[in-house]
Amino acid sequence: MTGQTTRTTCPYCGVGCGVAASVDDAGTVAVTGDEGHPSNRGRLCSKGTALADTVGLADRLLHPRVDGHRADWNSALDRVAGGFAEIIAEHGPDAVAFYVSGQLLTEDYYVANKLMKGYIGSANIDTNSRLCMSSAVAGHKRAFGEDAVPGCYDDLEIADLVVLVGSNLAWCHPVVYQRLMAAREPDPKKTLVVIDPRRTATADSADLHLPIAPGSDVALFNGLLAYLAGQGITSELPGADAAIEAAQRMGDAASVAQAVGVDIDDLAKFFTWFAATERAVTVFSQGVNQSSAGTDKVNAIINCHLLTDRIGKPGACPFSITGQPNAMGGREVGGLASTLAAHMGFDRADTVQRFWGSPTIARKPGLKAVELFEAIEAGRIKAIWIMATNPVVSLPDADRARRALAACPLVVVSDVMRHTDTVDCADVLLPAAAWAEKSGTVTNSERMISRQRAFLPLPGEARADWRIISEVARRMGFGDDFAYESAADIFREHAALTAFENNGERVLDLGALASITDAEYETLSPIRWPLSSPEAMRAAGAMPARADADRLFTDDAYPHADGRAHLVPVAPRGPANRPSTSRPLALNTGRVRDHWHTMTRTAKSERLAAHIAEPFVEIHPEDAQTHAIVDGRLATVTTDWGQVTMRAVVTDRQRQGSLFAPIHWNRQFASAARVGAAANPAVCPIAGEPEFKHTPASIAPYEAVWYGFVYAARPLRMQAQPGIDHWTRVPGARFNRYEIAGIDRPGDWTDRVGRWLSVEGRDVDWLDASDPASGLYRAAHIDGGTLEAAVFIAPTPERLPDRSWLAGLFTGEPMQEAERMAVLAGRPADASADTGPLVCSCFGVGRKTIRRAIEAEGLDSVEAVGRAVEAGTNCGSCKPEIAEILAEASKD
Amino acid sequence: MPAYHTLRRHADRTDAVQPRLDLVVIGNGMAGLRVIEDLLELAPERYNVTVFGAEPQASYNRIMLSPVLAGDKTFDEIQSRDRAWYAQHGIALYTGESVVDIDRRRRMVISDSGREVPYDRLVLATGSTAFVIPVPGHDLDGVISFRAIGDVERMVEASARGGRAAVIGGGLLGLEAAYGLHRRGMEVTVVHLQSQLMERQLDATAAALLQHSLAQRGLSFRMGAETAAIVSDGAGRVAGLRFKDDDASTLDVDLVVMAVGIRPNIELARSAGLHCDKGIVVNDTMQTFDPRIYAVGECVEHRKAVYGLVAPLWDQARVCANHLAWRGHSQYGGSVTATQLKVTGIDMYSAGDFAEDEHTETLTFSDIRRGVYKRIVLRDGCIAGVVLYGDTADGSWYFKHMRAGTDVSWFRDALIFGRAFVDTDDHVEPNREAA
Repeated sequence: MTGQTTRTTCPYCGVGCGVAASVDDAGTVAVTGDEGHPSNRGRLCSKGTALADTVGLADRLLHPRVDGHRADWNSALDRVAGGFAEIIAEHGPDAVAFYVSGQLLTEDYYVANKLMKGYIGSANIDTNSRLCMSSAVAGHKRAFGEDAVPGCYDDLEIADLVVLVGSNLAWCHPVVYQRLMAAREPDPKKTLVVIDPRRTATADSADLHLPIAPGSDVALFNGLLAYLAGQGITSELPGADAAIEAAQRMGDAASVAQAVGVDIDDLAKFFTWFAATERAVTVFSQGVNQSSAGTDKVNAIINCHLLTDRIGKPGACPFSITGQPNAMGGREVGGLASTLAAHMGFDRADTVQRFWGSPTIARKPGLKAVELFEAIEAGRIKAIWIMATNPVVSLPDADRARRALAACPLVVVSDVMRHTDTVDCADVLLPAAAWAEKSGTVTNSERMISRQRAFLPLPGEARADWRIISEVARRMGFGDDFAYESAADIFREHAALTAFENNGERVLDLGALASITDAEYETLSPIRWPLSSPEAMRAAGAMPARADADRLFTDDAYPHADGRAHLVPVAPRGPANRPSTSRPLALNTGRVRDHWHTMTRTAKSERLAAHIAEPFVEIHPEDAQTHAIVDGRLATVTTDWGQVTMRAVVTDRQRQGSLFAPIHWNRQFASAARVGAAANPAVCPIAGEPEFKHTPASIAPYEAVWYGFVYAARPLRMQAQPGIDHWTRVPGARFNRYEIAGIDRPGDWTDRVGRWLSVEGRDVDWLDASDPASGLYRAAHIDGGTLEAAVFIAPTPERLPDRSWLAGLFTGEPMQEAERMAVLAGRPADASADTGPLVCSCFGVGRKTIRRAIEAEGLDSVEAVGRAVEAGTNCGSCKPEIAEILAEASKD
Repeated sequence: MPAYHTLRRHADRTDAVQPRLDLVVIGNGMAGLRVIEDLLELAPERYNVTVFGAEPQASYNRIMLSPVLAGDKTFDEIQSRDRAWYAQHGIALYTGESVVDIDRRRRMVISDSGREVPYDRLVLATGSTAFVIPVPGHDLDGVISFRAIGDVERMVEASARGGRAAVIGGGLLGLEAAYGLHRRGMEVTVVHLQSQLMERQLDATAAALLQHSLAQRGLSFRMGAETAAIVSDGAGRVAGLRFKDDDASTLDVDLVVMAVGIRPNIELARSAGLHCDKGIVVNDTMQTFDPRIYAVGECVEHRKAVYGLVAPLWDQARVCANHLAWRGHSQYGGSVTATQLKVTGIDMYSAGDFAEDEHTETLTFSDIRRGVYKRIVLRDGCIAGVVLYGDTADGSWYFKHMRAGTDVSWFRDALIFGRAFVDTDDHVEPNREAA
């Protein structure tokens, strides 16, 4: 596989960028943006740019394991198949479940869904996509009759008004954000409105930011709908009158502004702009979806587009943008408990069974993610197979997920990592293929099907997920129907099912690909559905054939039985759990720019880990004062479900009354930062999507008497270290960094630190500096002339040195004499060698470098900084931060 | 004796062409010479200067005696001013001639050769004498102090015969003497009363590093040892030491160097009726109780302090010269002192007071493998004392802040790592040498 370039698809967010991967003769992997891919046209974000960093085999799961011991594939698969069969025989098909993932390829997903629904006979297969976009699925179904995203990314560029709701596009979908910014650049009349309780990096670029009260989206869009109706806009669509009537109950603009918690002039500006702009796209994401009123929020948004007929036209549509690389593919195969298969519901069970020729078929919805784990804990589900996801971290009330898995008689986990919080709960561990080794298809947020192609060989005994599932199916007696030779076999079957007895009733139709040859599949270029076969197109009376699949519903024909779109009357409904005197704040959660999900991949990249090294909780300055929270120190956030301790970031980017914490960190990387454990398990009653954006919480200072950090060339077993009460691991290429804190101060730091580094009592090359009266201690262990570990302790975090420079000392090269003092000083003797915290991951440009360039060269724009030091000139996701540094520099 | 001494005694000081006054400096050591040098800069025409030096040499840098002993420098290299310089500046220099009396009524000094020189101003720079422990045998042949070039010459001569030497006193001078003798081929044992070396300048850690390092170079140590007697060979020469310990152990040696401290030379001043205590008592303008008579250097007691290092002497000389030049605005407030050991390959720096109490806070750095140790004692946010071992590059920088009384709180966390790690804009080297 060496020496050639493989075109494949980025495994991160739902943008679905094409990438070109190559492996040179030395085995070095390089990944660049694929200029031929229509979704990204060669662009990549910081995560995509760093993909090559993440394909190493460190910490990979390479062999099956059973009950904590290495096993061969046969016995592992027998155990899975036998275990499931036994429980099904005794307790029925609903006593088992699969919990799968938007990280699976469409083919993997298809096989898993088929096995569970058609052969085991239960719909107990749900997915982590439940956690991020099931509200959009449900909202789409209510409005259109089918789960389909009407527009494409081009629409964001064409639109004169883009409204981002609950979407930190700059960080979470950076390439779409860059496309949007590039389109706005030459055209000042293109307007961007960001609706988000937080002032995100995205909000910084907006013409108008509405920092609405958490959960008030329905009130806002009802207000907009009422305003639009008030402008004389009418619609004949079903539900229009009821929706307007429901919206008008919000009262006048002033009451809406009050309910939404924004300035009335700003609100009026938004309403006026929206009313006046035909080409308007409303992009919504997890900020809308992750709510106990998620589906209603989605419909409140879609209502405004349906009323104004802004759908199915260039530059006009509601646009759900998903978080995962193949959330859409999973929706297409129907790998959710709430649909059956191929966008068909349980009312089409016979159709699906007919197609599969399966012995049985699930005829009712299965358990959705949160209920599923409740059922496991309650003992109703006795065997669970988790694939490519980490629910012990990602579910709300995540400690329950751990309890549930601990109590479950059979826990099977297919994963690529040897250790995750979930893997550590498994009875049977199955080594799956990782991104660079997998072959199949994914669908992105604009219905674009792209091939994912392997460019590295399968390591160890790892196997593709679809092969593993098919093997288990064979062992359960269903071999004939799972005798797939290749991913292409599965794809053809999937495509055929989408077209099967379709008759134009379902927008999802890949009929044109049902007979794709292996060779065509191998070279398949990115292609957007619908892709009806010519025969199907002719047969489709209600849905005429389209030459152009870019937009759906261009003809105002919808999959609803009546062929029309529906407005859905919705009433504002606050979060399920409200703040109280004991839990006065609302905990919001989300992503950071350079990490992905539970960090199994991104933590392998030093440059990604460097952007935001530690879990943090953002709090408004007023709230910080009330709760005695100090910026940069640790704070403990407590909810009725759990507790996390993170670095406090005091910032007015956060709305008063709200907290924000990232979702990524977990037990592999931090002592107490698994925010899922603190999130409430309230769900949207329609979609079952959890309310991750709103959990009542209290916050208090973590009573650390010392803070510190350790750089160690070899990993330390932090769980077992004496006296470290709090820790976060920040991975690096040649070292691990541990941010640590403690609630007791030891009498002798030298002894304590020596034990951490396992050198106590040994005659080692050791240097230290101490200032006991200040509570300062610093030490370094040098081994064979190279730096092995460095430890820094201070009473407050402000008195610890900058981390970034120290990282560069772990070169494996012998240290210079003069450097030894510098190690403990935590900075180079020559001040100009210190680059500061990383801002631009792509080019590794630090804050101080940028600051110096600004000052030295009098730079006055982000572009000028880019020209001078390259920062921000690749993926551009750090541009807001560069702008911030510019603003800071002009103030000083 | 030139007649103008008397003729010009009562000259009008405000006259544009002022008649010169008579200045006599007793002591041609470093302090006396520095007063003259400073004075020449400030008021070269003010005085006719006469200098008496008890040693025969013109002048030399006494603090460089150790390198001479060690053979790192020659005497020529440490000579500071030759006779031509004195002549060129019209200074009457009498070397090898001690002043035996000061007639304050007549304002006249009288030397051991009977020479009488009148003065309008008199500077006493009589220095100090090495203290000799009055143990039996202290006056034997082969018992030497380490004070003057003559002592060095005797040690060099003795070492030429090889053999064994004991240096009594593990202080700065003792260690330098021991190292010098070792370099000259003698087998040297340092005999020290305390359990650690240089206890006035070093803490236990630095002292241990120093002792380890000197031991590696070949010196032997008898720590915590008190000399009971110096044993004679029966012919009036040193044969060994006997210690005050339980078994009255002995050490056979051919040479004993006493380096246990100094005593200010105050006899002349006292006999002239000047107030003396440990030293000649002076005020902040370096004047003795007779305002015409100044005193500087190791013979002086100022605010209860007697100094044995060179840096205070520079400070004192400057103030003294300033007054003699009628500038009259400079005062001496005492000195913070710094010490460096002049042993090749050993970097050691000590300054100030590093005794700990409830008002002090201590910063340390140790890199034992590299032989580096630093200790800074803070008092009220200012540096009170510094001990540096192995890496003394920042000694003068710490010293500058210690002398300046800089509140170092704002860069305390980086202080121990040195100047290169502290973002201060003043990287100015203090213009001081340390002895």
